Amino acid sequence: MAEEVKRKPYVRPVTSEWIFRHPRYIRYMVREFSCLFIGAWTLLMVWGLKQLAQGPQAWAAFLELLQHPVSIAFHFAALAFAVYHSVTWFNLTPKALPVQRGEAFVPDGAISGAHFAVWAVLSLAVLFLAGAF
Amino acid sequence: MAVSNKPIVWGPFAAGGTLTAFLTPVLVLLTLLAALGHAPDLLAYDRLHAFAGHWLVKLALAGTVFLSLWSAAHRLRITCYDLGIRADTWVAAIVYAGALAGSGAAVLYLARI
Repeated sequence: MAEEVKRKPYVRPVTSEWIFRHPRYIRYMVREFSCLFIGAWTLLMVWGLKQLAQGPQAWAAFLELLQHPVSIAFHFAALAFAVYHSVTWFNLTPKALPVQRGEAFVPDGAISGAHFAVWAVLSLAVLFLAGAF
Repeated sequence: MAVSNKPIVWGPFAAGGTLTAFLTPVLVLLTLLAALGHAPDLLAYDRLHAFAGHWLVKLALAGTVFLSLWSAAHRLRITCYDLGIRADTWVAAIVYAGALAGSGAAVLYLARI
């Protein structure tokens, strides 16, 4: 029987210090942190649905809550993170969904460009239909 | 053949990522306008209540909430791992349960409108 090897196993230390090693890693983390803002904003909207279901007074209270300075600051941050998520997502789309025409691939710029165009039209349409203008 | 549940969690993540990329900025802009005291017409109680009362809109809202929360949850799970939290099973259970709870609450409230 082989002698038991008594050696202290190497445990690789796990830290989050790597984020600061390269600007690219920081940008990656900023992109990933967009989930906190998108998630929090969505939960805020679920709260809004609750207030809407309760009646006009509860809805008015919700609109009042939205006007709190903390809410305003949160909305600006959430908008910035949401836009950053969109930009990174559409820039990645040609990598995730390459389109082949015959032998050649459709250029990356054409695929992400089409997504940016649809995004712009859709956003304007929603603003128009919601009566924001 | 190895069985993996990856497609089940990844499918809604990709769908939600695409949906939030197209829709979330403009929707945040709408509530930002409301936060600044310039609520768009749609956010008036009567109009929004009538709008959200349609079954098709309810379905769309429930779907949007679920996909947004799920993709955020999945990304949060990966981020926790990146930041050195290696209890992935626990993290996954917590974030996905949170996404499902939020979606369930949205369905409940939509049913009352």
